[in-house]
Amino acid sequence: MMGEERTLTLGLAIREALHQEMERDPTVIIMGEDIVGGAGSDEPGAEDSWGGPMGITRGLVGKFGHNRVRDTPISEAGFIGAAVGAAATGLRPIAALMFIDFFGIPMDQIYNQGAKLRYMFGGKAKVPMVIRALIGAGVNAAAQHSQSLYSIFTHIPGLKVVIPTTPYDAKGLLISAIRDDDPVFFLEHKTLLGERGPVPEEPYTVPLGVAEIRREGSDVTVVAIAKMVNVALSAAEILESEGVSVEVIDPRTLSPLDGGTILDSVEKTGRLVIVDEDTPRCSLATDIAALAADEAFYSLEAPIKRITAPHTPVPFSPTLENAYIPSPEQVVAAVREVMAV
Amino acid sequence: MDIPRDKLLEIYERMVTIRKFEDRVHDEYAAGRIPGFVHLYAGEEAVAVGVCAHLSDADSITSTHRGHGHCIAKGVGVNEMMAELYGRATGACKGKGGSMHIADIDRGMLGANGIVGGGVPLACGAALTAQVQGSGVVAVSFFGDGGANEGTFHEGLNLAAIWKLPAIFVVENNRYAQSTSVKYASAGGDIAARAQAYGIPGVTVDGLDLFDVYETTGAAIDRARAGDGPTLLECQTYRFYGHYEGDTQGYRSREEIEEYRTNHCAILRFRNRVTEQGLVAADELDAIDAQVADAIDAAVEFAANSPFPDASEVTTDVYVNYQEVI
Ligand SMILES: Cc1ncc(C[n+]2csc(CCOP(=O)(O)OP(=O)(O)O)c2C)c(N)n1
Ligand SMILES: [Mg+2]
Repeated sequence: MMGEERTLTLGLAIREALHQEMERDPTVIIMGEDIVGGAGSDEPGAEDSWGGPMGITRGLVGKFGHNRVRDTPISEAGFIGAAVGAAATGLRPIAALMFIDFFGIPMDQIYNQGAKLRYMFGGKAKVPMVIRALIGAGVNAAAQHSQSLYSIFTHIPGLKVVIPTTPYDAKGLLISAIRDDDPVFFLEHKTLLGERGPVPEEPYTVPLGVAEIRREGSDVTVVAIAKMVNVALSAAEILESEGVSVEVIDPRTLSPLDGGTILDSVEKTGRLVIVDEDTPRCSLATDIAALAADEAFYSLEAPIKRITAPHTPVPFSPTLENAYIPSPEQVVAAVREVMAV
Repeated sequence: MDIPRDKLLEIYERMVTIRKFEDRVHDEYAAGRIPGFVHLYAGEEAVAVGVCAHLSDADSITSTHRGHGHCIAKGVGVNEMMAELYGRATGACKGKGGSMHIADIDRGMLGANGIVGGGVPLACGAALTAQVQGSGVVAVSFFGDGGANEGTFHEGLNLAAIWKLPAIFVVENNRYAQSTSVKYASAGGDIAARAQAYGIPGVTVDGLDLFDVYETTGAAIDRARAGDGPTLLECQTYRFYGHYEGDTQGYRSREEIEEYRTNHCAILRFRNRVTEQGLVAADELDAIDAQVADAIDAAVEFAANSPFPDASEVTTDVYVNYQEVI
């Protein structure tokens, strides 16, 4: 049938991007704990039996070999630091951190080394690397496996931060991240990996620093990050039946941030709600609110509203975690509030 | 080292409690009654119990993502443990922590840990408290073969060695870290030998033999209490279930698992030894089996009938004291 689009899950879109970029560029290598799996086992079939979280990296070793596809010991400071050093000397490493919550262990190598080498060396070095990691709550993984934390990396000059929310963007953004000459955090919300959507087979890029309007609307702008895009879209459906037209913006990259798309929308709608699964202090929600207050103050017809997680760690129990994660109902209530002004 | 009869019975009871608790959690998880990530300790009972048999509530332990066994060995009650895994308000951590953060500070159990290697420096801290206060208690850190490749392990051992902290570092070498064999991930092959670099004793222990664990730990604790500093114990053991519940285990064979379950079961081995030597009668052990089975049933019932925490609990317990006006 003509025009029938191929679909992939977000996880498989990531896998395809990895394959295509490793094929295209022999300097791309990938490493992480159990990204292959079965290392050191004599058991037939043990090799590649794990394939990283959700088996996304399965199949890479068979095609590209152990020289470029490496399982690592549980030594994040070691192998992520090695990725920084390798990036500065001619490779394009992709380091898999598994859960973003583990960033504390390699963080010095990331922010004092990787993020700053170029600046400290007067622009004479570059660190083209990608750190992939899972973010987000929603699977009762508790306080050390559910955090968002992207505001921390966004805060650091020298790092770029990318969060895809559709399979199409996942592939295109990852290819851009790998080809980018700076260190990029590529963050995957664990509840989005199974989402399915159209993905072209050929390699393509989605540029870093360009937001996407997920839904057009005229009454209120909702900027939503990561899984919160879906929460905002659900809220927009509910609000449509009340006659409220919501524009939903997915920044897609937090650093660099496409402030232009956000400000244009706010100037059009006059109202801004930000939905962020991260904790509220010094957050993306706060950052985007400040941007609008600075640059679009005279367009605003109501106060800016931020819907975020509370200032707490992520709780385990389902009743608590459900209360923790921003819900469509909270977004609906916030939109009604700004519409009432 | 002779173990008194009462102690033998207590040791058996703790090991069986761990086994039956984990078998039950495996079933409860499969039935969808326990949410989140769960890592089971079945198979490794002799390590936690052999070590903790020497400890009182005043001694501290730190644990790992595979923490249920350490809890039970340290005397945490199965009711509040099961309720925690169920995410209930009556759980050991009020439902806030779950399997990976289960803890009981009153029993000196400083928590399961979601961060591999995260417990090693914490145990150094508990040992530091003991040293500063001269309390005579010790701290034990349990961690995996994989955990021994984190910087925290090396920094913790060095720190404990230079300060002669009353600490015992217990590597649970179950041969795998997730799917990765220790043969691939650990340079030098011999984790106990890493102790030499820090000038402290490193001992390889048959972690499937309760008596070996008990004896070597006893010597390490004597050394720690005498102010002679830390010891590294590498207990060679095996986990019966997958890395986590849901693991398809393509990295090891069914035969290997079966071989350990049948021929290297630490509980069977203990049972055979104490009955053959006439230290304890088989029917006494049978009676313990039955009691434990009842206790686990009761724990599940307790958990299932407990309320979920109220949503307002999300914002409590973050700080001791925090006044913020917005
Ligand atoms: C810092 C950190 N890195 C990685 C992980 C993911 N992870 C959880 S358990 C585990 C394997 C641990 O292996 P080992 O230390 O041998 O303990 P075992 O599971 O065998 O008991 C890994 C890699 C983690 N939780 N924390
Ligand atoms: Mg292990």
